[in-house]
Amino acid sequence: MRVTSDVAVAAPVQDVWSIIADPERVLSYMSGVTRWEVASDRPAGLGARYRMLFRVGAAEVGGLIEVVEFAEPYEFAWTSITGLDQRGRWRLRELPGGRTRVELRLAYGIAGAGLSGWLAERIAAPSVSRHVRQTLHQLARIVEHEQLRERAARRRAGAR
Amino acid sequence: MAQADTTRPARRNGHEPGVPVDDPQTPDSGSPSLVSRAWRELAGAVQRRIPRADLDERDPDYIREQLPLFWLLSSIWFRGEVRGLGNIPDEGPVLLVGNHSGGNMIPDTMVFSVALSTYFGVERAFYQLAHNLVLSLPGLSWLRKFGTVAASPDNASKALSSGAALLVYPGGDYEVHRPTWEGNRVDFGGRKGFIRLALEQEVPIVPVVAIGGQETALFLTRGERLARLLALDRVLRLKVLPISLSLPWIVNIGDFGHIPLPAKITIETLPPIDLRAEFGPDPDIDEVYDHLIRLMQDALDALAAERRFPVIG
Repeated sequence: MRVTSDVAVAAPVQDVWSIIADPERVLSYMSGVTRWEVASDRPAGLGARYRMLFRVGAAEVGGLIEVVEFAEPYEFAWTSITGLDQRGRWRLRELPGGRTRVELRLAYGIAGAGLSGWLAERIAAPSVSRHVRQTLHQLARIVEHEQLRERAARRRAGAR
Repeated sequence: MAQADTTRPARRNGHEPGVPVDDPQTPDSGSPSLVSRAWRELAGAVQRRIPRADLDERDPDYIREQLPLFWLLSSIWFRGEVRGLGNIPDEGPVLLVGNHSGGNMIPDTMVFSVALSTYFGVERAFYQLAHNLVLSLPGLSWLRKFGTVAASPDNASKALSSGAALLVYPGGDYEVHRPTWEGNRVDFGGRKGFIRLALEQEVPIVPVVAIGGQETALFLTRGERLARLLALDRVLRLKVLPISLSLPWIVNIGDFGHIPLPAKITIETLPPIDLRAEFGPDPDIDEVYDHLIRLMQDALDALAAERRFPVIG
């Protein structure tokens, strides 16, 4: 099952990238995520591993994931090593006017789970979808707020 | 009635398949009656069906494939909510001690097991102790793939020394069939063997407090007198013959399965207790027992205070 959503953020692509590539900031915008711990020597970049959990229904699901694509500042993708089968992708593209289109994709399932797996994926989809949308809105709010603060700081510095 | 020796239950916990339950040394009152012989046959059959505990029977791939089904039941039917799993140490053996509810359908065990398996991953070895009768019932062999082993001190030690997490319900059949109006009471019936186990194995105890299970049917009585009258305690290690009002039987005697009502199950996992760090190098078993019951009862009272309606939660 794949869930996708996107949002236009009023900030340059590099500013959005700096937030999504930083594992320490994940919990501040990723809705439904209860754990995102570095589980490798390198905290970020290609090959970095994280132990993540995501609350859906009566359980927190997730497991160990690894970053399999890290093309700054456009593509950030991960795949699961243990736990739920999942692939996730941040896709960042420049828009006119210094804006950025941010897309988040989550594909999940359990191989071999048969009919119950098929059903569980679909029952979970609205909740996962809500979390994906919420994540994008929270990310946009954080990035745009930081832009505003930077502009304000520059204005204050210029006025002095 | 069979003249079985009631002082021998511990020896029956060895779970050696094929070992007949009637001891040849047991004095026999001449020619046993037909009923007595039938009971012995039944006891022997049950004993033979109890599988030898083989920790290798737990199958992580099987558990993983079944998780969606149990997640569906847990999320939709019981609206399960499991809190505080982060209190369980990330690694190493741990004794999870729970209060048991919901009759033989054990909804709280299911909700907790799903949550624990997804939280730590099926790679973390996790075993549950169950009543002999559960493991000897036909059609329930799949439980062994989930890591369910017959309740005995040997099996428990084996699981913990392998480094696994082990879930025990000291109250067992006594607690799980308590009347619905005693649902918010932790009642281990004075069973303290798990404390000795934790001390022997030097593992922390993590209390697991659940609410809602006793609302999945209207449990009326444990039927202890009836169980004694029918010698179930000697033959099947059953101290109870519960009577409840449940679906689809309406009046359910013995509880050989029922459809649980969709009561909301909430489970709270409390911080781990290192017995020697808290109670000294030689802890007093009664003191630990009392402390643990009080701790779990306090947590259960808090969970009960959150509930507004029966079943709905």
